[in-house]
Amino acid sequence: MGIRWLGALAVLLGLAAAAAAQSRVVILATTTSTQDAGLLEVLVPAFERRTGYTVKTIAVGTGQALALAARGEADVAFAHAPELEKKYVAEGRLANRRLVMVNDFVLVGPEADPAKIEGEKSAVAAFRRIAAARARFVSRGDKSGTHTLELALWRRAGVEPAAPWYIESGQGMGATLGLADDRRAYTLSDRATLLALGRRLTLKLMVEGDRALLNVYAVLEVNPANGPRVNAAGGKALADFLLSPEAQAAMRAFGADRYGRALFVPVAGKTDEDFK
Amino acid sequence: MDLLLEGVRQALTLVLAGDSEIWAILLLSLQVSGSATLVSLATGIPAGAALALARFPGRSLVVSAVNSGMGLPPVVAGLFVTIMLWRSGPLGGLEILYTPAAIIVAQAVIAAPIVTGITLAAVQQVPAEFRLQLLALGASRVQMVWVVLREARLPMLAAVMAGFGGVISEIGASMMVGGNVKGQTRTLTTAMVLETGKGNFEVAIALALLLLVLVFLVNWALTSIQQRRAF
Repeated sequence: MGIRWLGALAVLLGLAAAAAAQSRVVILATTTSTQDAGLLEVLVPAFERRTGYTVKTIAVGTGQALALAARGEADVAFAHAPELEKKYVAEGRLANRRLVMVNDFVLVGPEADPAKIEGEKSAVAAFRRIAAARARFVSRGDKSGTHTLELALWRRAGVEPAAPWYIESGQGMGATLGLADDRRAYTLSDRATLLALGRRLTLKLMVEGDRALLNVYAVLEVNPANGPRVNAAGGKALADFLLSPEAQAAMRAFGADRYGRALFVPVAGKTDEDFK
Repeated sequence: MDLLLEGVRQALTLVLAGDSEIWAILLLSLQVSGSATLVSLATGIPAGAALALARFPGRSLVVSAVNSGMGLPPVVAGLFVTIMLWRSGPLGGLEILYTPAAIIVAQAVIAAPIVTGITLAAVQQVPAEFRLQLLALGASRVQMVWVVLREARLPMLAAVMAGFGGVISEIGASMMVGGNVKGQTRTLTTAMVLETGKGNFEVAIALALLLLVLVFLVNWALTSIQQRRAF
């Protein structure tokens, strides 16, 4: 009898421990670029050491990351598609959007530069010239942050991109750069991935430094009402950590040893107004 | 070509130097796919044997479904298992999404029809007269099935190989339900996709070679059992 009770008690304790362990798990939905660049491998372990939470990083396109968080399937989102993010905030599904860091997008293309855009200052003008020349352009086509910006640039250029010169890869940035390289096409890339893959590519940097090419990363917390079992406290802890001096310093230093230059500029405390 | 050689060199370095992350990934892949194969055997063998021996209306429909299931795209299995295991899904209370357990579930779903289908074929190729003879000699139905399964054990080892080979090399489901979380659910195939995306082609090649060696060793072991028993 006693043994049976002990057994039942052990099972209950085990279940309680498992339940407690679950609330120590934070699911982070984020973009592939932060993972591909290797930044998360620096930030996540530091957060886990500091707080005792275990982080499950789900690196997908920004569109999917935000959708997962909006469904309550993740506890915090780290993304780079300002317009889309603001839409979710306006709908009340994601909250407390705070800017974390920036870097920039660049327009790359083949050595021959058929659309003659090298050195162009305006990204929109460059896009217009690519369309006019019907020069090949590879799009991510995956609702990622990069794809969202690219579509916004086409809209501003007043162009409806279409096949055959417009190619949709449907893949991550690395694979898309590879495809653009192979097809001698232009493409839009975040600088971090371009630097990471640079040595394998023959693509040349064509347009950079335009305000329109700024790549703004923000962290968003999940409204617990979105679904069952959202770990809102854990999500907020991770969001707060990304804005802490420790994490911001790690972002400022990241990449300098490997690429000879920092890949991200931390911007905690700034707002969209600062980048208008 | 340099890249391939460099990949081979790096693979050897990583394995021989006992790179703990690589070993952990290797071990996880083996554990997850091994467990999934065992689960699929536990369900697929009885199901396959029952389908082979039973006669009921609609049987050919079920057999066709099993045979189609043998070609079930892993990403389809991954999608449905993900939706079931979502926090908002029917099995969300288990909270096993993005854990190795979730990958085992998805891979078992992929491997079960393979094991069922091959078992079905293996049992059916045992002549019906043999079964009748066993029953005539006084064997119970359970004893008869047991003997028939023993008779079909060589082709059924092929079921183990096909099931294991199918899931260890599978990527779509592992990525979706596992999430490729570093140190938790990163398997050989998902790590390979990640390293390729990062531009670390040498590491990706190293992982690919490890996967090939692993699959070969497992199949070699199974084949030697199969071929030894064959004579």
